[in-house]
Amino acid sequence: MPQVPIYLDYSATTPIDPRVAEQMIPYLTEKFGNPASRSHAFGWDADKAVELAREEVAGLVNCDPKEIVWTSGATESDNLAIKGAAQFYKGKGKHLITVRTEHKAVLDPMRELERQGFEVTYLDPEPDGLLDLEKFRAAIRPDTILASVMHVNNEIGVIQDIDTIGELCRAKGVLFHVDAAQSTGKAPIDLARMKVDLMSFSAHKTYGPKGVGALYVRRKPRVRLEAQMHGGGHERGMRSGTLATHQIVGMGAAFRIAAEEMATENERIRYLRDRLWVGLNTLDEVHLNGDMLRRVPHNLNASFNFVEGESLMMAIKDLAVSSGSACTSASLEPSYVLKALGRNDELAHSSIRFSIGRFTTEQEIDYAVQLLHKHVGKLRDLSPLWDMHCAGVDLNTVQWAAH
Amino acid sequence: MSYSDKVLDHYENPRNVGALEAGDASVGTGMVGAPACGDVMKLQIKVNADGIIEEARFKTYGCGSAIASSSLVTEWVKGKTLDQALEIKNTAIAEELALPPVKIHCSILAEDAIKAAVADYRNKHEVVDAGYAACNPTAA
Repeated sequence: MPQVPIYLDYSATTPIDPRVAEQMIPYLTEKFGNPASRSHAFGWDADKAVELAREEVAGLVNCDPKEIVWTSGATESDNLAIKGAAQFYKGKGKHLITVRTEHKAVLDPMRELERQGFEVTYLDPEPDGLLDLEKFRAAIRPDTILASVMHVNNEIGVIQDIDTIGELCRAKGVLFHVDAAQSTGKAPIDLARMKVDLMSFSAHKTYGPKGVGALYVRRKPRVRLEAQMHGGGHERGMRSGTLATHQIVGMGAAFRIAAEEMATENERIRYLRDRLWVGLNTLDEVHLNGDMLRRVPHNLNASFNFVEGESLMMAIKDLAVSSGSACTSASLEPSYVLKALGRNDELAHSSIRFSIGRFTTEQEIDYAVQLLHKHVGKLRDLSPLWDMHCAGVDLNTVQWAAH
Repeated sequence: MSYSDKVLDHYENPRNVGALEAGDASVGTGMVGAPACGDVMKLQIKVNADGIIEEARFKTYGCGSAIASSSLVTEWVKGKTLDQALEIKNTAIAEELALPPVKIHCSILAEDAIKAAVADYRNKHEVVDAGYAACNPTAA
């Protein structure tokens, strides 16, 4: 038996790769200088490290290092991109487009902009989680200034067609922001080719430290932003605040490793994910959420019908996973992402997200499959819905007592 | 979410799981909740000639607290008269299991399940219940 608990929640966060941690440590102690100190070697050393990291991040996504702005994480990057661009370009128009399955770090800034008088169109994805590009094209108006579509969805792992959406936006003169927090090291990003104007990155989803991220801001054609953090004018005025050298060094190292290893690593992870799905799919009434082919290899999101997600997570407590069940959130609402796909509430309540990563082993996957087989059966024996299903009752025709 | 030891105990060793013959005149069946809300409880009681609940069974779709609440009430209703069973309040269930505020609705559902099971039994025996409509999902 593998060592438990087994971490299968790499989409929530990843451990820092030991090779990354090793590079960060000197910048906490002896190389502690402020990269903005221009007058001595402490500052010069720190600045050199920050600029090397900027090249490493730019290297993974094929852009100019000058187009990278350091932030505290993808949430801040999303806020800066969306609110910063909307406020700068509001003279051109006040309409924005996004998708219902975006992360809250995109949806909440959109809500804030609505309060400031902007208008936002929230597009529904198709049942497979992907955007219908014709619907996207039809949503663009003469007063549309910005569209925001995530590259890889955090819950279901589907990959949107950023290339085509970028072409549509560029042709219509609409700025295009992409939240790429979940895609670095998982899906290829080529900003020289993709017509993306703003892209958000996070370090801790890609084996770097928490608390650091970056925003790509295109220079040709130039994209302007209204700063959201005012102060010493760091990062060309777009994001003031002393740079966290050790964190930035960590993000650079993590992204460099991702660039070097993603091709081979992703094949190994895809093998493990497919092994997991083959193992789970032999259970009755297991439904895959999101398209299987246009999906990062790390993600499997499945609904175990007639079993509630939180109780399933309690049963498989040796596995660290996450659920779309309402019971795991404070709001008591099941996953809005699964609901936007048209999944009914029962299936949303019954969903488990498995996310696989660099340190997952085949033995762990096999153990997970075995554990789920045992406990899904046990919980179905407890489930009145399973009884009704087995007796041929269509649950959709039942008049439930609301509460 | 960290659970109390009592919730974990009921969740891991649920008491009185199963079903009684719903058509039996001595059995009352209550089904409350909705799949869309994430919890459905089915509680059945078997009442003897003296009007005492001598058996109880449950099946629950829901989170750990919902399973524990229903398991607990199967223990509590046994040996009680119908009127005594109706006196079981959700606050007592929540207190016994040390449910966090976000899980109080699970204890309310368990109280409702008792009411529904008693109402179903009484309907069978043509005793008019004071206003509680029995939930009978399979009839729809």
